[in-house]
Amino acid sequence: MSTTMQPPTSTPPPKVNRIGLSLAQYKGSDSTLCAGCGHDAITASIIKAFYEYGVEPHRVAKLSGIGCSSKTPAYFLGQSHGFNGVHGRMPAIATGAMLANQQLLAVGVSGDGDTASIGMGQFVHLLRRNIPMLYIVENNGVYGLTKGQFSATADFGSKAKGGYVNDLPAIDICALAIELGCNFVCRSFAGDPKQLGALLKAALGHKGTTLFDVISPCVTFNNHEGSTKSYKYAKDHEELLHEISYVPFFEQINVDYKEGEGKDVELHDGSRIRLRKTAHDYDPTNKAQALNMLRSSQESNEFLTGLIYINEEKPDFLTQLRMVDAPLATLPQELTQPSEADLKAIMAELM
Amino acid sequence: MSDQSPQTLEEEQQQPASKINLMVNDFSIQVATVNGSGSQSSNSVLLRAIFQMGIPVSGKNLFPSNIAGLPTWFTIRVNKDGWIARKKEIDFLIAMNADTARDDVMGLEPGRVVVYEETLRLNQLRKDLTFFPVPFAKIATGITTDARLRKLLANMIYVGVVGELMEIDPVELDAALAKQFKGKAKAIALNQQALEAGRKFAQENLDRQLVPIRCRRMNETAGKIIIDGNSAAALGCMFAGITVATWYPITPSSSLVETLADYMRDYRVGPDGKSTFAIVQAEDELAALGMAIGAGWAGARSMTSTAGPGISLMNEFIGLAYYAEVPVVIFDVTRVGPSTGLPTRTQQSDILAIVHCSHGDTKHIMLIPCSVSECFDMAVDAFDLTERFQTPVFVMTDLDLGMNNWMSDTFKYPARKFDRGKVLTAEDLQKLGSFERYRDVDGDGIPYRTLPGTDHPAASYFTRGSGHNEKALYSEKPEDYKNNMDRLSKKYDTSRQYVPQPEVQYVKDAKIGFLAFGTTHWAIIESQDQLQREQSLPVSYYRLRAVPFTSHLVEFFEKHDRVYVVEQNRDGQMASLIKLELPSELGAKMRSIRHYSGLPIDARFVTDAITAAEATETAEVAGKGAKK
Repeated sequence: MSTTMQPPTSTPPPKVNRIGLSLAQYKGSDSTLCAGCGHDAITASIIKAFYEYGVEPHRVAKLSGIGCSSKTPAYFLGQSHGFNGVHGRMPAIATGAMLANQQLLAVGVSGDGDTASIGMGQFVHLLRRNIPMLYIVENNGVYGLTKGQFSATADFGSKAKGGYVNDLPAIDICALAIELGCNFVCRSFAGDPKQLGALLKAALGHKGTTLFDVISPCVTFNNHEGSTKSYKYAKDHEELLHEISYVPFFEQINVDYKEGEGKDVELHDGSRIRLRKTAHDYDPTNKAQALNMLRSSQESNEFLTGLIYINEEKPDFLTQLRMVDAPLATLPQELTQPSEADLKAIMAELM
Repeated sequence: MSDQSPQTLEEEQQQPASKINLMVNDFSIQVATVNGSGSQSSNSVLLRAIFQMGIPVSGKNLFPSNIAGLPTWFTIRVNKDGWIARKKEIDFLIAMNADTARDDVMGLEPGRVVVYEETLRLNQLRKDLTFFPVPFAKIATGITTDARLRKLLANMIYVGVVGELMEIDPVELDAALAKQFKGKAKAIALNQQALEAGRKFAQENLDRQLVPIRCRRMNETAGKIIIDGNSAAALGCMFAGITVATWYPITPSSSLVETLADYMRDYRVGPDGKSTFAIVQAEDELAALGMAIGAGWAGARSMTSTAGPGISLMNEFIGLAYYAEVPVVIFDVTRVGPSTGLPTRTQQSDILAIVHCSHGDTKHIMLIPCSVSECFDMAVDAFDLTERFQTPVFVMTDLDLGMNNWMSDTFKYPARKFDRGKVLTAEDLQKLGSFERYRDVDGDGIPYRTLPGTDHPAASYFTRGSGHNEKALYSEKPEDYKNNMDRLSKKYDTSRQYVPQPEVQYVKDAKIGFLAFGTTHWAIIESQDQLQREQSLPVSYYRLRAVPFTSHLVEFFEKHDRVYVVEQNRDGQMASLIKLELPSELGAKMRSIRHYSGLPIDARFVTDAITAAEATETAEVAGKGAKK
């Protein structure tokens, strides 16, 4: 044994974000999905975005339904409460949780089956109410857990792994969301972490429902030739509406583009989404243009990504309810139970 | 007012038969009319005026599933002894509906009285009834030229006629009318005219001496209220500090949350216009319960209210709340099933559908009020129980209780501190260091929980409807699954001591007993009286107030030769649940009596059923004896 004292190797303190938490503190348990699954890429983006934004984990409620996508809330934000409910009914659970505690930051993860098939009823009413939450659809066009059946977002003419062809039209959940009054609608691709991250952080600053449709290839059942939701197809057909970057509210704003080349959209929390023009001259605050764009892209088999529609004016459901500021869940009895005199007055009325 | 000299009730009843055999404060009135014709207000005025005269009274609305046009009947039972169950026999008929008038008249016992719209010519149907034709339409024409109003006023005219014939104090009728149309001066004035016109017509044209029915002032309703069960349950929720109510409209439960919303606007909104609650009408029953579960999970006192078809839709979510252990209160205002069934009729037929609701092994807590005051009390209890046991708690009422007006003592203020159950705060976690969501720390099967938003790194856990271990982690291990299911069962057993205990009445010398629950109660207590008076047959009574059962059940069976379980469904649902609970030798003592026509059960039905059953039992015993 050596008698020479070795100086202790000083491990550098882990890098932390603005609230003093490390990236590791935003992680969850290990994923049990297939290696290469698009959902895992989205999970990684969520971890990074929440870390970079400096979200307090205890404020987050993670919600999901049933399916591969709905398993993922276990894989991020281990220090947040999570609720993996029943198939297609995450919107109701999310709505109830937000009624009970409007200070929560609700993050819902759903799939295309969970949202556009079994859950369509609850999904449209969530959008209609404008419940403040980030609603992510990890969209791969197939049912993974039951081994590869088509979902309602599978494109017309898309070929299944077993060879049969989908002969029903796809439901475009972004177009549907805009129709239903959702005022923050975006679409991205699991293989584009830069755009995904910028939009996720932007969504955290939005007050109302954010519908985030992320094309997330299923490597096991829908990544073959003839699929329109494969990595290859998405890469070949992706059409960027704009180059997106995100400027958080806690950073100084510098304008680094020339007049006419881009546009800043300010969010409810004071952050900004910076949109640089691509070939498209696209205005995401124009509802009619957004719907037209989605329709024409579907006809031309293009896969549009970016901030499709935003409107920061519309009031959210909780604001409309005019509740007290403190969470209803923990209001003391003195505030939630009328007095004995009140009961007496009511009884007198009934005599 | 009557100009007769005051007499005691007894004196009046004992008048010579040659004059008339008077029914004083003991009779029933039926108003046969058309749905949507506006008779509801008139019937309420009539009911309330009698109530204000200090006479015990109850009203039952037998209505169709329809907005306008189909027949509807309103029955008022006046009973000096306070019996308020439905009475089958009608003593005084007000026939306003041409479509049902013939059947209504033919169904009466001889000697009864019929007031009817003159043009229906009902007096030609029978010779053994007393008929009073009234030209309602003509009288109404004298009050207003508005055709729509004329129809409505006809209803208030019959109130005037009936009041005059039965000697209901006009002062009380006027007061009841003012209360009914509170704040609407124009409506009061118009209805007052109609009331007066009816009264005048009766004075001038009808002979009161032919009517064997009288209302005489008593002092049995002082300090009492009139309210329906849905409103009472709504009040219970409000005084239980409810914070989230999510619902979907369905008969007969809709008025529960609607009334709640009205009261909450008055009592739970601060001077700044901000409310201490959220009430949301959901897109369907699945969402209604899903929202209530989400709110319960996040710590709110949350509830939903529905009826059978809603329960069917909520099945999957009920299993989730049971297995993931989320508090939520569910009101089931039971109507007649299966399927759409008879949506506006009453039954106690959701017992089995609820006790094990949802797939897999489940068992649920049910509270079963029999009265409006218990609707109030048990609503309060339900929130304490659901938070204590972290499981759905069902409050089982029915259409009869929920939608009809009942007389009651005033409700008692729930002054106790709310039981918010085993919830760990950030401070608790600071002391404990960590917690395991589904661990049975206290040996009662009830684990500890934390609420989302709790500011502590150890607070979070993952709620799921899939298999989980004590740490709330996903698990398919056989021992984890079994451990969890056994704990849930233990938790259910713990709840036996906490649920409302039964009301048990051991009657002296009784060899047989009744076992009943909910609104069947009112027919049972009257039947007990009938059996004692008419046959000197004493019968004990066990009124079940909750499931799971308590140890009192076995004792009651042990102490009687036969126990008659009386309930309002076809298959004897509660009887079969009880049978599972009892040792087989005691189970053999059980007899089942079922009433399931959709109308509320009445005392005579029970008395007749017991009489027949007891005759058979006695004959069998005698037969066995003879053989020996």
